[in-house]
Amino acid sequence: MLETFKADVAIVGAGGAGLRAAIAAAEIDPGLTVALVSKVYPMRSHTVAAEGGSAGVVQAHDSLQQHFDDTVTGGDWLCEQDVVDYFVSQCTPEMVRLEHWGCPWSRKEDGHVNVRAFGGMKIERTWFAADKTGFHILHTLFQTSIRYPSIRRFDEHFVVDLVVDEGRCRGVVALDIATGRFVLIEAGAVVIATGGAGRVFRENTNGGIVTGDGMALAYRHGVPLRDMEFMQYHPTCMPGTGLLFTEACRGEGGILTNREGYRYLQDYGLGPADPWPRKKAMELGPRDRLSQAFWHEDRKGRTVQTPHGSAVNLDLRHLGEKKLRERLPLICELAQEFLGIDPADAPIPVRPAVHYTMGGILVDGRTASPLPGLYAAGECSSVGIHGANRLGSNSLAELSVFGRVAGEEAARCARTTPRVDTATLTRQAENAVARVRELVVRSDGRERLSTVRKEMAQSMENGCGIYRTGPEMQATCDKLAELRERYRGVKLDDTSTAWNTEWLNAVELGYQLEVAQAIAHSALAREESRGAHQRIDGFAQRDDVRFLKHTLARYGGAQAPGIGYGDVKITRSPPGTRAYGAAGEHAEAAAGAAK
Amino acid sequence: MSESGSKAARVIEIEVLRYRPGTDAEPVWQSFRVPFLDDTSVLEGLQAIKDDLDGSLSFRWSCRMAICGSCGMMIDGVPRLACHTFLREFFPGKVRVAPLDHMPIERDLVVSAEDFVHKLEGITPYLVPREARTVEQGEYLQTPRQLEQFRQFAGCINCMLCYAACPQYGLDPEFIGPGLMALIHRYNADSRDGARAERMELINAEQGVWSCTAVGYCSVVCPKHVDPANAVNQNKVNGALDWVKRRAGLKGGGT
Repeated sequence: MLETFKADVAIVGAGGAGLRAAIAAAEIDPGLTVALVSKVYPMRSHTVAAEGGSAGVVQAHDSLQQHFDDTVTGGDWLCEQDVVDYFVSQCTPEMVRLEHWGCPWSRKEDGHVNVRAFGGMKIERTWFAADKTGFHILHTLFQTSIRYPSIRRFDEHFVVDLVVDEGRCRGVVALDIATGRFVLIEAGAVVIATGGAGRVFRENTNGGIVTGDGMALAYRHGVPLRDMEFMQYHPTCMPGTGLLFTEACRGEGGILTNREGYRYLQDYGLGPADPWPRKKAMELGPRDRLSQAFWHEDRKGRTVQTPHGSAVNLDLRHLGEKKLRERLPLICELAQEFLGIDPADAPIPVRPAVHYTMGGILVDGRTASPLPGLYAAGECSSVGIHGANRLGSNSLAELSVFGRVAGEEAARCARTTPRVDTATLTRQAENAVARVRELVVRSDGRERLSTVRKEMAQSMENGCGIYRTGPEMQATCDKLAELRERYRGVKLDDTSTAWNTEWLNAVELGYQLEVAQAIAHSALAREESRGAHQRIDGFAQRDDVRFLKHTLARYGGAQAPGIGYGDVKITRSPPGTRAYGAAGEHAEAAAGAAK
Repeated sequence: MSESGSKAARVIEIEVLRYRPGTDAEPVWQSFRVPFLDDTSVLEGLQAIKDDLDGSLSFRWSCRMAICGSCGMMIDGVPRLACHTFLREFFPGKVRVAPLDHMPIERDLVVSAEDFVHKLEGITPYLVPREARTVEQGEYLQTPRQLEQFRQFAGCINCMLCYAACPQYGLDPEFIGPGLMALIHRYNADSRDGARAERMELINAEQGVWSCTAVGYCSVVCPKHVDPANAVNQNKVNGALDWVKRRAGLKGGGT
């Protein structure tokens, strides 16, 4: 009844990181069978929605050191500095590889790849393909993956559990969504590349599939989730839907104004408000600071009102029609079709929405988790480059660099790991299947799935938003405990097997509730403010004495997660003042003089 | 978002073509009444049905912003993306939503994408470099003008709306079809690519470009302005030139 497929490497998730890992594994050893398992067709993965671009040092006046500094400062010193060093050294080669595979990067007149500015970045180093960079990277990787016969795709297969035997990850159990049948995929190594968990929040930029699946899978098997309290609010999103207007809008020269037409960011330590774009200042400040400035501006009553909440103006009019169509075609399309606004004529109303999960599955600099045989790459992982706030354009670079590393490491691991008895794994897989089937055959229960999901998302927004307080976070923790209890009483309308997406959503909600708990409890325990974790209940300052630490959330079964801490690897950049605008330039000058 | 449904002033009727394998002998229409705002999409309408009225309704969706290509369906008989089509357009009438034409229905609004994906895998849908280059040597040079030769055709999101629109694909499922013709052209027109000859064989094969009867509806329904009809047309020109060159004993391929 349970089909078995024997692979060498199994990869869960076929977005940018998963595809890059699959290609790396196939290239390093074409003799290995790579199972690439994804709950959607690869080109539907959420990498597709990344807009602005991907970092890689190319300009003569730029340097790896500057990319390192922007990343570590941007992360408020919660980055693994040795991993950041490796990362920045590999970004450009990976971007070139994508170019060799056909990625249609935007070009300069001389035929070389062009780069643009992004927030929190000292020198332009963002490679871009208009404003559809993620789309082009994803399709390039998917189409390139077709070259490799050793990659066996399991499209529209949803992973419901890992199989772990004698302390080693040995494969995955997947549901074939179309048929309702299950398959055990045995593997010498497993790579998780399932993306983030932004859908646990109400207003977010993420696709419906971004439900933290892989994080929950690893977490349930004892792998800590690291730094989960750091959720990135992107400052410029569509009110209501949360759809993203890329940071490249500001990289290209767009400005943010309040209801009076005033560039309010100058009131929040990001000025001076030059008429020209100054790097690492004003609209080119980092995402956490810009989202926080919105919150204050809103409290002062200086925002504009929309049917879906308050907003500020993203004004692109001065860029002119031609540049807008060339550099920001998707933004024009979104504004026109979803809001009826032509950005050449009128500003776009925007507000912050949850965008990116900085934390994730704990892995070392070579993507290995503490569970032997299990690797993770991309947004689902915490390899240590984002710290408390990810620098814009580091995520596409991350999935390229560490997707490759994960594929290579998993291939190496698979070649050296002896196989175990299939019967043991089958028994485990059958238990997992029985657990998942129970959701459909359950006869009691009265809870509606969407009610639990909406209450979770609202509670996360209430307690774990841009600014946080102890009592509000506690209320969210309590609510999540209640919702996990109520989740056990969810009754589905759909009891069929073929394409039962309600069933799929129910399993996803189980993942989401546990990941949400990791976020909320990690947040509550961090009694300081750093990057995307900001408290206004007496812990408004960064506290390096107590909290220059990574948070480690450990699965507590039906109970709340256990919260512990791990050291941060500081190699050459000791924690300093994180300042932007003119203040940032003074701080950099002072630091330079002290060296 | 369906979360904002409480503010809705109006209610629209959405008729959905349902098919539940094992339950329904054939597809049946089912009607739902859904509150909506001016900016509520058809997708959000379907989500509201699934959340509040009938959890068993199945459809694919993800990004909500017309880039992942998941939510193509027939909306009042026209292939469109549900996330990108607004309910206000149909009010005060009802709107009818059905699975994409020309593809087998797997369940409700979910059609099989297998034929499309299988064909995609067969068209050499990747760059075969004209000349080898190592990463250390840096990128291939390509001017904005050269990029412009294929940029538009690289914009296909594989939503398959053009397959639902194509009368020829409806008659002959062996036809490669508009979206993949555009993808073939995307690589053939890329200054870095050297596999044009191999793809031209597909273009000139029986199920290739000559199957197209030039209706042009594919380009009308394309949500990303890829203009597959134009790609097909350019392929016809290239195909004809290729045929002439082969007849003349020259090595096939470029123009």
